[in-house]
Amino acid sequence: MAPETFLRVLGTSPYKVAYVQPSRRPADGRYGENPNRLYKHTQLQVILKPPPENVQELYLESLGAMGIDLRQHDIKFEEDNWEAPTLSAWGVGWQVMLDGLEITQFTYFQQCGGVDLDPISAELTYGLERIAAFLQDVDSIYDIVWARDPGTGRATTYGDVRLVDEQQFSFYNFEQADVQSAWTFFTLYEQECQKLIDNFRLLARPKPDGVQPDLKWFPLLPAYDLCLKCSHLFNILDARGAISVTERVGVIARVRTLAVGIARAWVDQQRGETQTNVNEEKPAAKQPKVKKEPVPVVS
Amino acid sequence: MPDFLLEIGCEEIPARMIDAASSDLRQRVHKLLERERLSSTGTISSVDSPRRLAVLASGIPIAQADLTEQVSGPPVSAAFKDGQPTPAAHAFARKAGVDVSQLERVTTSKGEYLAAKITKKGRTAAEVLSEVLPKEINSIYWPKNMYWRKPSEKFVRPIRWLVALLDREVIPLEFDGVRAGNQSRGHRILTEGPIQIPSAGGYVEALRAAGVLDRGVREQQIRKALDAATRTIPSARWREDKALLDAVVNLTEWPFVVLGSFECEFLELPEEVLVTVMRDHQKYFAVEGAGGKLLPHFLAVLNTDGDSRGIIRHGHERVLRARFNDARFFWQTDQKHPLRERTAWLKHVTFQKDLGSYYDKTRRVQELCRRLSARLKNDGAAGMEKLRSGVIHKAAWLAKTDLTTELVKEFTELQGIVGGLYARAQVLDPDMKDEAREAIAAAIYDQYKPESMEDSVARSVEGAILAIADKADSIAGMFALGLQPTGSKDPFALRRQANGIVKTIAEKKLPLSLGQLFADAREVYRGSAAEPKFSDEVGYTAALRTFLRERLEFYLRDALGFKYDVVNAVLAAGSDDVVDAAARAEAVTRVRPSEDFESISIAFKRIKNILRQAGEAGKRVASAVDAEVLQDATERQLASRIPRAAEVVDGLRAQRNYEGALAEISKLRPAVDAFFDKVMVMVDDERIRANRLALLQTLLKEFSTIADFSEIVTESRESKESSKQ
Repeated sequence: MAPETFLRVLGTSPYKVAYVQPSRRPADGRYGENPNRLYKHTQLQVILKPPPENVQELYLESLGAMGIDLRQHDIKFEEDNWEAPTLSAWGVGWQVMLDGLEITQFTYFQQCGGVDLDPISAELTYGLERIAAFLQDVDSIYDIVWARDPGTGRATTYGDVRLVDEQQFSFYNFEQADVQSAWTFFTLYEQECQKLIDNFRLLARPKPDGVQPDLKWFPLLPAYDLCLKCSHLFNILDARGAISVTERVGVIARVRTLAVGIARAWVDQQRGETQTNVNEEKPAAKQPKVKKEPVPVVS
Repeated sequence: MPDFLLEIGCEEIPARMIDAASSDLRQRVHKLLERERLSSTGTISSVDSPRRLAVLASGIPIAQADLTEQVSGPPVSAAFKDGQPTPAAHAFARKAGVDVSQLERVTTSKGEYLAAKITKKGRTAAEVLSEVLPKEINSIYWPKNMYWRKPSEKFVRPIRWLVALLDREVIPLEFDGVRAGNQSRGHRILTEGPIQIPSAGGYVEALRAAGVLDRGVREQQIRKALDAATRTIPSARWREDKALLDAVVNLTEWPFVVLGSFECEFLELPEEVLVTVMRDHQKYFAVEGAGGKLLPHFLAVLNTDGDSRGIIRHGHERVLRARFNDARFFWQTDQKHPLRERTAWLKHVTFQKDLGSYYDKTRRVQELCRRLSARLKNDGAAGMEKLRSGVIHKAAWLAKTDLTTELVKEFTELQGIVGGLYARAQVLDPDMKDEAREAIAAAIYDQYKPESMEDSVARSVEGAILAIADKADSIAGMFALGLQPTGSKDPFALRRQANGIVKTIAEKKLPLSLGQLFADAREVYRGSAAEPKFSDEVGYTAALRTFLRERLEFYLRDALGFKYDVVNAVLAAGSDDVVDAAARAEAVTRVRPSEDFESISIAFKRIKNILRQAGEAGKRVASAVDAEVLQDATERQLASRIPRAAEVVDGLRAQRNYEGALAEISKLRPAVDAFFDKVMVMVDDERIRANRLALLQTLLKEFSTIADFSEIVTESRESKESSKQ
């Protein structure tokens, strides 16, 4: 869960952004041999905080903007409630199915880092490889045309860009990653992260003269980065088969402790800045809404 | 009398929750209409789809009828003085809202009292409903819900619109910031914009015109469409699947069915794999031809009105092809390392952190199977001479190897099944006959059966023993570690596994003792790395006994349908032998209606009570009945009958003729009844009393071996007598 998502959905400041995010799941690696399964795939992540009442309609319009004419297809919202136990985060929502293919995870976040969200955020995660393969009607993700040379017309495919990546990382994650080192890294990152959280707590205590310290410079984002490193190492150890079914619970709990600590610290850190954010929002609301033109699909 | 409509418009409700919620809402509306004196003179029905829950109540009163009630006030004596109303009378009149002159008098058993008739004017239905409906909407039960904006109400998904009508009139209802109107929404894709609901009575038609059908209609339409699509292929039929049908009904507002196909070569894969992919992952119906064999087709239920260019079918075919390719890849890759090579790999797959790896489990289960087979064969149980220990031994060796396969890692629900399929397809042993391999494959395939009380047990005896041993090993290990299930937590599904053991033993009629089974199961852990972490054996045995008794009780009561008191009576006399307990329950159920049996049950309750009271009062019970001390003719009669009766009963019991034994016990009724009529047990003479108590003790002991009759629920009339002595 990217910092842009995990931390920004906490607190009250409105936040409406979209960004591209790679998502790595070592256990899903297939050495580049499976035409539909990747260890690293790319998501277009949209956060709408707070979500507008017509969020579902907006989502469907976005599909139209991508060149998917919903009148020609079968679209279903099937229950799927996303959760990340390592980050004590969960939501309620759907996987959006387009002609039997899952293309989006649509979630209303309810909790992050153990904190109840207010306002909630709607998270729309578009599976870009899936959608591209769908639009280009190719059977293998690796055949997706990533770009085309304007001069020669020669296509650069997804495979050209990422096949080697998939092969080497699968090999590493499943066979080569040193388990002992991974545990050592995990513990080191965990300790550093916890140290930062503890330091923040110390500094955040009100001084004897009653002045609330300004800590917006305190590196909570780097702390979160360390937490993500732990989460990733957990995934690698899992892919290596180094964590038993009962050990998993304990390791997940360790990462969750970090995530929850950071989430709470972040909320407190933001409270010092909430005033400024709210004032900045007001001018933006006055701008007229621009009607979006459908983006032509490059094929 | 207008028709009432309430529609809650919502974002897509999870398919699995719609039916229960719809019913919940309908019942709530029904009850509230009754409560508020607005009962429907016609019908109350529900309409639902993924995006709406609605209730229609036809012909409800436009307003509540006025309600007149009589309220009573102070006694007349305090209300009037010298013919004038007192302050008490005035206060009452004021409270009742009437003039003092309108006060009435009523005569009660306590004297004359003031009374007043109060008329509560009936409110309009609109007013009442707008007031009470929000609470009902909020109270609908959802297994999982969310909040949209704090501090909003929690609901399954955000509510987007409300329709509340009495005929054409909008009921001024508001829920969680949404105000009711007469605008609804039609099908997401087939209809643009909001739709008008002209009146409550016109609701269903308005929806239909906007691309939304009610559940019942959708189901019918889907069935017809599935039939029609399949008819295009000669001799084909779609495979019935109630759960899948319910799911797709609740995923559509306007269903349409397409028939797709896949490459024939995928039919080389086992049906179990193909159907799991189609049904669980893609929600497709499988198509079978003559003889029930799968055909290279599938049926997808869409939420739209057509697929004229075949684009949607093409998309589904693409997805299915990718999934089948995956499955085939796994199937082929897995075969490169046949099962017989994989047992060693199980050393790296943890079963439970203290109990070791699956390899360790495999060894234990093998040993446990060996012991069980030996017991069954040596005890000379019927049919056990043909037990093939070799088959069990080999099946146990390979049973868990499928956990290392790619196919099971991908489709975890196919554990056991994949093992069985691979075992059938591979050469397990060059010298092995086909028939043996088939038996081994079947045992592996069935090892997790029964998955629930409704599921069947393993097909062969060998499969049953493997299934029992595997489950017993898990349960024994957990209990020995002190990890037994609690009220709410049972992460290893030990209850389900124990149920499975009970059901398997019962249906296969295996003469296995539960106590012995679990003693063996723990014994097999001896010398293992897990053993030092085990709790003491006494605690283990006690905890298991209670646990297993509960499971047997559950089986007898819920699965076989025996009455709870019969089950209690039978288990009190022994809960170690499942088959025996079931047979005794059967016998008790058959003799229960007889008067004699009823009488005996009452008598035994009495006996137990007397003995208990005696014990509490510290009265001695003689160690044996001394014939010399018997005085009364009736007690001598009873005492003399006991030994002979006991002999006959024991003989019948040994033959497992429980009905006969019970009938024999029932014959004691006259003697027992006479005893209680004539003889007083708690006399002052200590010797006589102790002797009589011993007589009762003996009766209890000798004749409670089939069932504890005192547990049988009888007519309360006579059991009250039991406390008299």
